[in-house]
Amino acid sequence: MTTLTPVLSAHWDEKDSFTIDAYKRHGGYKAVEKALAMEPDAVIQIVKDSGLRGRGGAGFPTGMKWGFIPQGDDKEHYLVVNADESEPGTCKDTPLLMANPHVLIEGMIIASYAIRAKYAFIYIRGEVTHVVRRVQQAIEDAYKAGYLGKGIFKTETDLELVLHVGAGAYICGEETALLDSLEGFRGQPRLRPPFPAIAGLYARPTVVNNVESIASVPSIIANGAEWFSSMGTEKSKGMTLYSLSGHVTRPGQFEAPLGITLREVLELAGGVRAGHEIKFWTPGGSSTPLFTAAHLDTPLDYEGVAAAGSMLGTKALQIFDETTCVVRAVLRWTEFYKHESCGKCTPCREGTWWLVQILRDLENGKGTAADLDKLLDLCENILGRSFCALGDGATSPITSSIQYFRDEYIAHLTNGGCPFDPRAATLFATAGVDAK
Amino acid sequence: MTTAQEDKTTAMVDLITVVIDGFEVSVPKGTLVIRAAEKLGIQIPRFCDHPLLDPVGACRQCLVEIEINGRAFPKPQASCTIPVEPGMIVKTQLTSPVAEKAQRGVMEFLLINHPLDCPVCDKGGECPLQNQAMSTGQADTRFTGTKRIFEKPINISSQVLLDRERCVLCARCTRFSDQIAGDPFITLNERGALQQVGIYEKQPFESYFSGNTVQICPVGALTGASYRFRARPFDLVSTPSACEHCASGCSLRTDVRRGKTLRRLAGDDSTVNEEWNCDKGRWAFKYVTANDRLTQPLVRDAAGDLQPASWPEAIAAAAAGLQGKRAGVLVGGRATVEDAYAYAKFARISLGTNDIDFRSRVSSTEERDFLAAKVVGSNPSYQDIDKSDAVLLVGFEPEEESPIVFLRINKQVRKRGLKVVAIASKLSVGNAKLRATFVCVSPGAEAAAIAAQELSAMSVILVGERASESAGALSAVVALAEKSGATIAWIPRRAGERGALDAGAIANLLPGGRPVDVAAARIDMQTAWGVDALPSGVGADAQQIISLAMSGDIQALVVGGVDPLDAEKSHDALVAMKNTFVVSLEIRPSAVTKIADVVLPVAAVTEKSGSFMSWEGRARSFDAAVDSLQRSDVRILSMISEEMSRPIGLSSVTAAAKEFASIGMWDGEKAKFVSVVAPALVTLGVNEARLTSWRRLLDSGSLQDGEENLAGTARKAVAIISPSRAAQLGVVDGDAIRISNSHGAIVLPSFIESISDDAVWMSRNSQGSHLLATLSVASGAVVTVVRD
Repeated sequence: MTTLTPVLSAHWDEKDSFTIDAYKRHGGYKAVEKALAMEPDAVIQIVKDSGLRGRGGAGFPTGMKWGFIPQGDDKEHYLVVNADESEPGTCKDTPLLMANPHVLIEGMIIASYAIRAKYAFIYIRGEVTHVVRRVQQAIEDAYKAGYLGKGIFKTETDLELVLHVGAGAYICGEETALLDSLEGFRGQPRLRPPFPAIAGLYARPTVVNNVESIASVPSIIANGAEWFSSMGTEKSKGMTLYSLSGHVTRPGQFEAPLGITLREVLELAGGVRAGHEIKFWTPGGSSTPLFTAAHLDTPLDYEGVAAAGSMLGTKALQIFDETTCVVRAVLRWTEFYKHESCGKCTPCREGTWWLVQILRDLENGKGTAADLDKLLDLCENILGRSFCALGDGATSPITSSIQYFRDEYIAHLTNGGCPFDPRAATLFATAGVDAK
Repeated sequence: MTTAQEDKTTAMVDLITVVIDGFEVSVPKGTLVIRAAEKLGIQIPRFCDHPLLDPVGACRQCLVEIEINGRAFPKPQASCTIPVEPGMIVKTQLTSPVAEKAQRGVMEFLLINHPLDCPVCDKGGECPLQNQAMSTGQADTRFTGTKRIFEKPINISSQVLLDRERCVLCARCTRFSDQIAGDPFITLNERGALQQVGIYEKQPFESYFSGNTVQICPVGALTGASYRFRARPFDLVSTPSACEHCASGCSLRTDVRRGKTLRRLAGDDSTVNEEWNCDKGRWAFKYVTANDRLTQPLVRDAAGDLQPASWPEAIAAAAAGLQGKRAGVLVGGRATVEDAYAYAKFARISLGTNDIDFRSRVSSTEERDFLAAKVVGSNPSYQDIDKSDAVLLVGFEPEEESPIVFLRINKQVRKRGLKVVAIASKLSVGNAKLRATFVCVSPGAEAAAIAAQELSAMSVILVGERASESAGALSAVVALAEKSGATIAWIPRRAGERGALDAGAIANLLPGGRPVDVAAARIDMQTAWGVDALPSGVGADAQQIISLAMSGDIQALVVGGVDPLDAEKSHDALVAMKNTFVVSLEIRPSAVTKIADVVLPVAAVTEKSGSFMSWEGRARSFDAAVDSLQRSDVRILSMISEEMSRPIGLSSVTAAAKEFASIGMWDGEKAKFVSVVAPALVTLGVNEARLTSWRRLLDSGSLQDGEENLAGTARKAVAIISPSRAAQLGVVDGDAIRISNSHGAIVLPSFIESISDDAVWMSRNSQGSHLLATLSVASGAVVTVVRD
């Protein structure tokens, strides 16, 4: 049985956990002093050695990303933290920033020092005003403490940290769209190459990292690469935040080593809501293909989930019990993708427009079994054909749900509509609501 | 020079060989896969791709399968974004089922929200979407849902209409406006399928190049207001043509339906206009079909009234009136090379004079000598700009006065940060876009600023016709070029001026740049023309011809396409014409035809063949695009000359072109340029300012008559003053100020901008700001500026 390994979330339950004093009380801002005493390249090496991989979804090795920044190029380098957490089901960065914003700031100072950046940016979702305020306060406190600004920690190193509030677009979580948005343009993904490491923000070498990735850095510096890599599996090292939501007894964030299974996480969370059983779930948000009860023992690391036909993504475990109509759930997600498609490329823009219409018909019992093949064919024409991963992600719930629940789609057609009572899936539903 | 050559050598060595659909092709490094395939004749469907725009990879129509050295990309790749690499194997829709299905899939997606209104769409019949839907789409749709609809159409400017539901969001128009024109006034708004091209309400889509967006739109989303619903492409007869509006030398295509020009498109000429033109060249052609076109000759009767006459009658009247008199010839700046050559020959042979000038505008003797010494026969080129290390602008506003030159400079500014220096009294919108270093001078003080410039042999000095308005400026240009080795390129505003210069329609030169005062040069022409003698002394310039006509020394004038209001002292010109026998060759009634004794209608550009010579000295020949009974000037002059028994023997445009070509250029010594010293500026009194002005591209020019949609995007007339003058007058932006001299006054809204403190800028010939007609001066003159 894997147990929890609270590092980032260790002190979230303390009343003042978000303050600079609380953070320092638990050893905060010590790792950065250690890092500043090292050569920047040595810091990069430790992060490389730790095996830390990007926690934003793609799982790219963080140290390697830092190492891509050309050094001695006489250009400004930038660190950009992607705090535009918008993937449906994902709720790890937001609580992290609420409960412990300073761990991100400390991580950013270390990362900026390593890549020789004098400016660092946090691009945060505009919707989470409370988090914006909290991070803003933390930045202010860090400036006052001399951790940010000119000559930080009484060294020669300078670092300015800018908090940028997004205007509410899912696409701005895509790193190049984020950079465009940060520069003041409309957020749309950029053509790559050039990659951000060569020409990112303002066409300068830029590292874009997820909040959790950067927040993991101080503990790695403090405890060493070996400590970090002792957790997790062979290629997926360290601890991570799993956000568990949906039909579970105790939803929330569970910090555990990579490779824990959903069965274990569910046990820690008190299981699926009482009297119900799991029907399907997402391993990493709605953009990752669905899993079912058959995947309860799949190790939740990058390789394990991929081997089972999905992606670890943001480790957003959304749990749906048997009261949930999968067609309805997939329709809602697809509506989300249609709403959030930036419009730049044809397959995503037009494809999501079309998918929603077909799914809506199916949910209402209109259409034929041939429409399922049409759906799959359209998904094939979107997946890998669109400009960025948003289009790919939009097809995941559809193709995986048809793979596992084709009969349920057909049932909508034979039933002349949805056979489920949508109220039964709600939390406020009284026990024993009859299925239609 | 060495850098350019090295580049060329490396480019030649750096060929990359790739295999596309089983065929090897070698292309220069950096070539995109889609372009390499074109070389093999393999057409990959595309929408957003445009060879002159940065790749964007948005439409995804051009997906192909690619592997490099045995490693295949996991997904199909957009061939418009990927440069070739060694060891690359590409499979297009022709050999890859994956690419084929991907393309069909994208095409299907593009069509679900596209209306099936091809039968009423302007683009139907010449539509890349329609064509590629035939090649890559399915006959039947699988889409049975609800299409996205928009209110239609909306005006994104007075010239361009947008049907949003037709748009495939390829972003060609927005990228063109941003990357090529430097006018990012349109952009994509909203998101998903509701994404649409939009304008910013506070910054209208008033770009001089907006018509190109209509032309490169791969669907019928952008249409020109003046062409919309006028014709089906397959009913049009297209003729390659050359633009008559400026000296840029654009190649155009004129589309005619039932004898009437319905639209003009930018022609494809990579060395000159690439694939672009300006809105004036595209949308100003209704003057040809104006209701008041002159259709038959007019002869003034005994009572002093103009009466319709037969051609023989009119020709006889013209010949009789010119016979035995000292006559001068004024040729407008819009004559074709052939017509200008005919005027030049007519003056020398039929009238026996060198009193001829094509500069029907503000001009100087310094300029005449400059043209003879430095311009005639020269061949500066767009490629000189491409290769230059710096461009110096003297008396020249590229965006207003030669828009394609502007685009070319802008391309180099954007591509490699080409240094641009503008010597002017006011920083213009266009030069600001070129990030030009603005050397601010008092009007009339250009010479000193030019002399202070540092250039190299790789630099280009672009000299406009307005340099002649500042005495000494051209002399300073010559000195600077001699010192630095920089190339001089003279860029007049009108299409015909450079050709008229080389054709000898000027007082000091015979055709081919032969100095009139050099015996050997005259002998050349005497031999070519088969005459015993030619007038030998340098003749009178346009201004002098007017003075001589005023004094009665000149008793007859042949005037071809000249508006007296284009020059200073325009009232003198009209008085002079009243005193003399005037033969006017014109297309429409003008101030000259009103007082002429014989009026002979001539063909407009679309009605005749001929050629213009662009600022590069490049011949831009064209055929008649419409059938017309009107004759070219050359034919009419030839008839008069025969009637006068001093024939020029040019029976047709072709004959004139052949004869001019056979003469060749003068290979003897060019006339020496005599430097002129700039006079000191006069001291200004209270409320006095030095006037400076130029013509806007879109203004009250007579070739833009009747083009209301075009006029809708013209820059508004304003009077520009410096912040200190504004403070002194107590005005803010928009307050009316009054600019006056002894001739008249103009009241305009003020606009405070970067301008020499002692200057006031006004547009020379815009609605409400007709300087030459009202103030009789254009530049350098002292005017009074007060708050109105």
